[in-house]
Amino acid sequence: MFTLEALFSVMSTQRTEALDVERLREDFPILDREVGGDIETPGASPEDDTPLVYLDNGATSQTPERVIDAISTYYREYNSNVHRGVHHLSQEASIAYEAAHERLADFIGANGAEEIVFTKNTTEAMNLIAYSWGLEELGPGDEVVLTEMEHHASLVTWQQIAKKTGADVRYIAIDDEGRLDMDHARELIGEDTEMVSVVHISNVLGTINPIAELADLAHAYDSYVFADGAQAVPNRPVDVGELGADFYAFSGHKMCGPTGIGVLYGREELFEAIDPFLFGGEMIRKVDFEDATWNELPWKFEAGTPPIAEGIALAEATDYIDEIGMEAIQRHETDLADYAMTELEEFDDIEIYGPPRGEDRSGVVSFNLEGVHAHDLASIMNDDAVAIRAGDHCTQPLHEKLGTAASARASFYLYNTKEEVDTLVEAIDSARQLFA
Amino acid sequence: MYRQQILDHYKNPRNYGELDDPSFTHVGENPMCGDALRVDIKLADDDETIEGVSFKGDGCAISQAAASMFSGELRGKTLEDLDAMDRDDVIDLLGVDISPVRVKCAVLAEKIAQDGASIYRGEKEEMEKTTTEE
Ligand SMILES: Cc1ncc(COP(=O)(O)O)c(C=O)c1O
Repeated sequence: MFTLEALFSVMSTQRTEALDVERLREDFPILDREVGGDIETPGASPEDDTPLVYLDNGATSQTPERVIDAISTYYREYNSNVHRGVHHLSQEASIAYEAAHERLADFIGANGAEEIVFTKNTTEAMNLIAYSWGLEELGPGDEVVLTEMEHHASLVTWQQIAKKTGADVRYIAIDDEGRLDMDHARELIGEDTEMVSVVHISNVLGTINPIAELADLAHAYDSYVFADGAQAVPNRPVDVGELGADFYAFSGHKMCGPTGIGVLYGREELFEAIDPFLFGGEMIRKVDFEDATWNELPWKFEAGTPPIAEGIALAEATDYIDEIGMEAIQRHETDLADYAMTELEEFDDIEIYGPPRGEDRSGVVSFNLEGVHAHDLASIMNDDAVAIRAGDHCTQPLHEKLGTAASARASFYLYNTKEEVDTLVEAIDSARQLFA
Repeated sequence: MYRQQILDHYKNPRNYGELDDPSFTHVGENPMCGDALRVDIKLADDDETIEGVSFKGDGCAISQAAASMFSGELRGKTLEDLDAMDRDDVIDLLGVDISPVRVKCAVLAEKIAQDGASIYRGEKEEMEKTTTEE
């Protein structure tokens, strides 16, 4: 007969392999950095004296050597414009740039490059749909449904588009532990709903929102769903088909890729129907002095010279994390968050936001230390070279709801260690002592 | 960044509270930290020399300690002196390097006092509050 222990041991051997973090860390040159010296000249300085503990991955992740190499190889060996050149370099660049779209499509389960638009970041992806689809389709009486945990990237964008069009914005409430109130969602989503724009994973609370369920609700009223995957794609398997999202966006710089590149996914028939957001070169098929027709997807949405090096390097970053394994990354990150929460829960003077430990949540841990402002805390931790984020994390309305102007946030990634969590807890303790 | 002196001013703020009969009062905030302050200033009969200063509010240690130190510094100075002060004066008072993003916290009290004085003298339009995000 199976004992419980035996069952658990079977289950745990079926768990994904643990990451070899020490080896992975070698892929990231910046993780060897010490900090503390002159900040006016960027980069390492002789006065740097304290090894960096980087726990601000929710804001931006670090970049592995091979992604840096992809950028430098592009500039050293085949830098040229795409789509327009018949010469050799342009052909190399065009093929690599188009392949990058295919790679990203494959990574999130899209049908192909025609469903993948490269943007500057998640924010621009959101604005693209808000300006092109939203300005055209929304009007008085229409509703855009957001959540109270929305990042400003979507909250401010839809708010402004609603003001321009006369549409209304509604917010799905969160409960006391930062989960979406699905009863409220069912109440809000209805005949007047045109767009449901929800953050897939909250960058503050770590809450994982039920996108598929929300998509079912929205689709029942012929409304669209835009999921903001900025905090999801970097650290877990994402399949846009399974999620049922009509639009989906994420940023390269949070997933081992470079800055200056983001991805907008959209269902092909929707992308076909929507007018371009930006006009200019690359995005046209035929132009005369009176009018123009649009290039095929996805180029119709990529006006001007696109982020070529960034796109190619993002594909490399995608290969990198995919080879490590998205399940393994997810487990590592949530294990670290779980460990951090366990340690922080020891203290009565620490309030942690979001769903409790043990629940399905991501690798961000936002908290406040009683009596110490989050910015003071982050500044003190900076003295120990511990990099965390402090502030409203681009979610002012959420922070108002949480009853605080600011919070501190530690966010983990594939190269973080338990020892770094210990350093975090020690640094919090020195802040506590200092302010006692 | 957090010398003992700053922590001392944060924990035991000087000139904390409200003045009974201020010549002018102004408020302000630093949206980044959510720091909020009210500054009261009482002028002597010459309508120029600062006789009394108090502040009240909450926020991060830098903003509160800077307000505490600054309020002490201001007594005996003239409005003209106040006008001539800049961010370096506050940073000197704090006596530490302030990282660029935290300078807004440090100068909040100073900016509120300066705006309050300008409004009092009719050089600036009435405004609801000063913010350090401008
Ligand atoms: C949930 C979420 N949405 C949107 C963004 C915006 O990303 P970006 O600044 O790359 O546009 C972020 C990160 O800052 C985020 O965490």
